[in-house]
Amino acid sequence: MIKNIPFSALIGLIITGAYFFVAIFAGFVAPYGMAEVVGDVWEPASAAHLLGTDNIGRDLLTRMIYGGQTTIFIATAGTILSFVTGSTLGFLAAVLGGWADQLLSRLVDLLMAIPSLILALVILAMVPVTVPVLILVMGLLDATRVFRLARSVAVDINVMDYVEAASLRGEGRMWVIFREILPNALSPLVAELGLRFIFMVLFISTLSFLGLGVQPPLADWGGIVKENKDGIIYGIGAALYPAIAIATLAISVNLVADWVLNRTTSLKGGRG
Amino acid sequence: MSEAFVRVRDLKIGATVYPPGEKPHDIEIVHGVSFDLEKGKVLGLIGESGAGKSTIGLASMAYGRGGVELTGGEVWVNGRDILQSSKGDLRALRGGEVTYVSQSAAASFNPAKQILEQVTEAAIRHGKFTKAEAEARAIVLFEKLGLPDPQNIGKRYPHQVSGGQLQRCMTALALCPEPDLVVFDEPTTALDVTTQIDVLMAIKEAIRDTGVAALYITHDLAVVAQVSDDIMVLKMGDMVEYGSVDQIINAPKEDYTRALVSVRSIEHEEKQPTREPVLICENITARYKGTKFDVLKDVNVEVHPGQTLAVVGESGSGKSTLARVITGLLPQREGRVHFAGRDLNPVMRTRPRDDLRELQMIYQMADTAMNPRQTVGTIIGRPLEFYFGLRGAEKQKRIQELLDEIELGKGFQDRYPAELSGGQKQRVCIARALAAKPKLIICDEVTSALDPLVADGILKLLLDLQKIEDVAYLFITHDLATVRAIADSIAVMYQGEVVRYGTKTEVLSPPFDDYTDLLLSSVPEMKLGWLEEVIANRKMESAGN
Repeated sequence: MIKNIPFSALIGLIITGAYFFVAIFAGFVAPYGMAEVVGDVWEPASAAHLLGTDNIGRDLLTRMIYGGQTTIFIATAGTILSFVTGSTLGFLAAVLGGWADQLLSRLVDLLMAIPSLILALVILAMVPVTVPVLILVMGLLDATRVFRLARSVAVDINVMDYVEAASLRGEGRMWVIFREILPNALSPLVAELGLRFIFMVLFISTLSFLGLGVQPPLADWGGIVKENKDGIIYGIGAALYPAIAIATLAISVNLVADWVLNRTTSLKGGRG
Repeated sequence: MSEAFVRVRDLKIGATVYPPGEKPHDIEIVHGVSFDLEKGKVLGLIGESGAGKSTIGLASMAYGRGGVELTGGEVWVNGRDILQSSKGDLRALRGGEVTYVSQSAAASFNPAKQILEQVTEAAIRHGKFTKAEAEARAIVLFEKLGLPDPQNIGKRYPHQVSGGQLQRCMTALALCPEPDLVVFDEPTTALDVTTQIDVLMAIKEAIRDTGVAALYITHDLAVVAQVSDDIMVLKMGDMVEYGSVDQIINAPKEDYTRALVSVRSIEHEEKQPTREPVLICENITARYKGTKFDVLKDVNVEVHPGQTLAVVGESGSGKSTLARVITGLLPQREGRVHFAGRDLNPVMRTRPRDDLRELQMIYQMADTAMNPRQTVGTIIGRPLEFYFGLRGAEKQKRIQELLDEIELGKGFQDRYPAELSGGQKQRVCIARALAAKPKLIICDEVTSALDPLVADGILKLLLDLQKIEDVAYLFITHDLATVRAIADSIAVMYQGEVVRYGTKTEVLSPPFDDYTDLLLSSVPEMKLGWLEEVIANRKMESAGN
């Protein structure tokens, strides 16, 4: 399987892997302390500061590394939360059907009717903004999209003869959901996982840029753009590094997601 | 030297396969097939799935479906080798000189357009007729094909006519541009037997009247014997035998052809009811939620232990609904289901585990009846675990016993359903049902998706297992040949009612009621001239008309 991995997916895996590695071991990799002021404001790139310094003289590479850690951690946790809640509720709605399905689906419609960024801003304006709160708000808002996908996939699987055979055997709902439906719904969900992760990165970056996300002095990519945006007028590119990081991460994760999607759909062979 | 109108020489067809976990590679699926076809003649291509019959049929339009490539040989149509033709020439050929009738008319018509528009489209696009001429011709064809109200039926949409009528509309579509060759790809396979004979007759007469050459592709030798002049028997892309209908049916030379001719010749002595019935359905009336129409009306049937009740009828007769009532998936409105000395609760969810265990079900499509992500071992092992609490080595041993019983043997436990053939899949489903040690198995059209020879094997296995396990079958089918092979008693269903019920001999001996007569006479027989005989003698029109 690994032997047949296409070149594009390999690139995606390597870059994604590198980002995660740096994020996990930020403390060891980063040359300076996270909030340590080590030089002048907006110093150009040099041997001591590979990417230069930021708007108050902190090492930009260090900020980027710690920022990546925060962003990737929040995005990962948010994605996991949205997938666990979204797919469990989606499967449940599909299996239960009737009024339970109606209730859950309409509730989700209601949430989706309000733009999630506005809703998130309103909620975050009311409660203290901490990392767990951010994860919770983003994860639950995003769960609505996962819910829709999981439900529609599960509705199709739920009418298959093997699910009927399982309920005729007397199996409970848990078996039906986790042993009959989940394994067959996994491929579209895994492909969606990659996309949702990237949307989560963008979401947290947007919130931070607007000042309602990760709070200083904690670094994150959206926050770095916000802190350094004034430099752009003076021709200082510090605000562009997070943008490059977000773009490369997005592309590489999607290359992997594409590969997973392709691989699992071709598995279906002629039966699709 | 006069040359045949269609001349295929040493046709070779290849395809790329993508086996899971391996590198894609090319294989040859048709290995050098040759035949001739004159105008006004019909050549039957027959074989099981994978024989390459449809692929050869499409090759006569120089077309390869889904990655199939025509790798070698010659296909001469109208004096030119179309494998060498330009794209423009092929465009003129397809739909003009050569047309195609597919198996599923319902899937082939555009649901958003009127039938007449679709029937005349090719003729107009190819510049053979003006719109008015094409429409006039379509109406003549509708009439010739025996469609009701030929003047106006073309104004309907595809969903407004029955399946048999739509299949005839597609034949009209194929004949409308005055083609020289028509390829019929299993045109009656998806139809009920009683509808099938009307469509067959219509196709046969239309071919005769228009004088086209035709390739008739089917897996049913009895059908092809009715419409063809010559027959070619194919197996795995090789020609097995090629001869006149008379010779193939009455004096087959090859073993494989002989097996096809003698298919469904299982002899089964009917057993007399001895013990108390294991299943009694009393006055069952049922309807689907939200409808105001009873799909089952006052149905009374009994199944005796160790015996088989065959429930026969066309699509829509309510036979599968009866199975849903017995299993509790559709609670009945009236009546009761008495099973193994107790009354079954109408709602499946409230039934005790033993009721569920003793009543098992086997489905028509083994493909969708097994979870594609579970191995054979899990599929068969789960009922053992669930009902009997078997674990570890004990479970493994029992799984292997069951696999031996269904004649699969070792090495199958770790395979996934996708790695099994159609017949093997159905066998695994049988093993899953047997694992529960049931008293009754409901078999819902279990052989109708299988090739005749494979289906025969499954029927033999079911009969053998019945002797060993003393299990009763409620066998739902539309195929009377299957019924003759395995039933002890028969219930004939028509529009939700049991119209005839009794032991096999009683039901299959005259005097018949009109419906049973129609049903019995509609089963194609391996005999020349059968079709004309039936049409001449029948008393009742089929429901599909």
